[in-house]
Amino acid sequence: MLDLLRFAAPVALASLGESVGQRSGVLNIGLEGMMLTGAYTGMLATRQTGNPWVGVLAGIVAAMVLGLVQSYFVLWRQADQVVAGTAINLLALGLTGASYRRIFGESGELLSIPTISNHALIAFMLISVPALAWLLFRSKWGLAVRAAGEHPEAVAASGFSVIRLRLQASLIAAFYAGLAGAHLSIVNAASFQEELTKGRGFIAIAIVTFGRFNPIWAFVASLIIGGAEVLQYRLQAQGIQAPPQFFLALPYVLALLVLVFVGKGGRAPQALAVPYRKD
Amino acid sequence: MGQVKLAIALIIVIALALLGFGLSPAEGISTIVSGAFGGEVGWGRTLVNMAPLLLTGLGITVAWKAGMYNIGGEGQYITGGLLGAAIARTQFGGPWAILLATAIGGALCGALAGWLQVKRGVHVAISTILLNFIALQALAWAVTGPLQAPGTTASQTEELAPPQMLTRFSSRTDLHMGVLLAVVAAIMIWGYLNFTRPGFQLRLTGENPRAARAARLNADRIRLQAMALSGALCGLAGGVQFAGVSGVIDTGFNQQWGFLGIPVALLGGLNALGVIVSSFLFGGLMAGTQTLSRTAPGGDLLIFVVQGAAVLAFLFFQPKREPTHA
Repeated sequence: MLDLLRFAAPVALASLGESVGQRSGVLNIGLEGMMLTGAYTGMLATRQTGNPWVGVLAGIVAAMVLGLVQSYFVLWRQADQVVAGTAINLLALGLTGASYRRIFGESGELLSIPTISNHALIAFMLISVPALAWLLFRSKWGLAVRAAGEHPEAVAASGFSVIRLRLQASLIAAFYAGLAGAHLSIVNAASFQEELTKGRGFIAIAIVTFGRFNPIWAFVASLIIGGAEVLQYRLQAQGIQAPPQFFLALPYVLALLVLVFVGKGGRAPQALAVPYRKD
Repeated sequence: MGQVKLAIALIIVIALALLGFGLSPAEGISTIVSGAFGGEVGWGRTLVNMAPLLLTGLGITVAWKAGMYNIGGEGQYITGGLLGAAIARTQFGGPWAILLATAIGGALCGALAGWLQVKRGVHVAISTILLNFIALQALAWAVTGPLQAPGTTASQTEELAPPQMLTRFSSRTDLHMGVLLAVVAAIMIWGYLNFTRPGFQLRLTGENPRAARAARLNADRIRLQAMALSGALCGLAGGVQFAGVSGVIDTGFNQQWGFLGIPVALLGGLNALGVIVSSFLFGGLMAGTQTLSRTAPGGDLLIFVVQGAAVLAFLFFQPKREPTHA
């Protein structure tokens, strides 16, 4: 069970935050880049200071800086969210890769950093599930955020700032993306390699849809995807004869199948990915 | 003049990135320029890089014009390449049969994502991303399994015989017929989008869904067709790389061409002729950074940084959009 939680944690953490972000109407395509940046910065800071907790913090901060940049474009300049997110991903891919090769060489020596027992982060994740659900569905703030994702004009008319609400939600998403990345490099891998995240950020985005934009269901879905990953290692360890690529593709196929079946049933926030312009 | 500001911003970004790499900007830029346009070899490299960028850029343009955020150029490029390799293996037909197969392979992958969007409501940006990863694993499986060159342990397909390869113009460079094909495709797509009825309907569906509905257009079918065409172009990009340059397909076949097509399309203003210009510039930047990476580790990754920054600069100089109500 702890194994499962550990494997599921990066995707689960990212999708928890992204549930809040998407509820506010922001589709964070840059999630993958934020996660990758969190993973790289977390590893680098851990290696520099020898303290993994500093690394976790650094990973979160780095992802939130990227989140701020993306928010500037999508909230203040009403840029297209898919376009801005793609730019963030390209930047993160280039910067982390180039910096990594510059510091650790072209081949990438086998890098190992001090790690932490994952209990604290797992506990934080488990607390986050009900906490975020409460925040979204029971608090006044959550009501406003959800309304910002459905009918931003109405929210603005009742005296809220749509931009501020979406910024807060986006930063929560970025916070969890950074934490997810740091978890991946510091706890799961205790190392780093180029493109360490391998699309987990994208999977997290898909899972939010699957989880009907609810942190609780997003968490459950992450466990299923994490389960596929654990199963892959188990079966390989037992020497089951099957192409390894099949297992590597399994999480993506599962995520896609799930979306096909949930499809139109899981109604997305009406204003998702629609830029809001103050009149 | 947005274009001028954009160009200046780009040069500043390149200079800053070079500084970050610990190189002098003047020296780095001169290395890039000589790598890209230094003699026949440099020009050849630039144009050979331009071809797949142009084709994937066109593919992205067609889809995005129809309001379909295809991020799956990568996956469509791969499925195209795989179907091309399967046809090549049968020894049936020459390079043109291979190119046709790659276009079909890409179109199938694109159409699948289109179908998922219009019939099942799966956001195309998300499904294409997932399909990218599935295609990558399919690639790794195919080149170690059904498409592996017989009698070897190498993870790659059998090398194309010389008559299966696209004609080359010179023995000194890789410059091949596919470059010309890509430019012709761009002119055709430009004509299609701007001067034909279906092209107009495609743009209307993307730009103003409400008006498209009022005109009783079948938006679902138009979007599905746009995704198939988009996939075909991205698949064709795989085809020109396979039959024009590499001759084999291995696990590193994709080289991020599909992703790079997105900024190329955007900076070309989602206009087929503009994409010719932007793919030429980025083809040159790629050729130049490949040269740069010989002296500076990670230099070839500069392209991602520059492209990411270029897209942000593009968004920055873009006028704020009018309120839209879908």
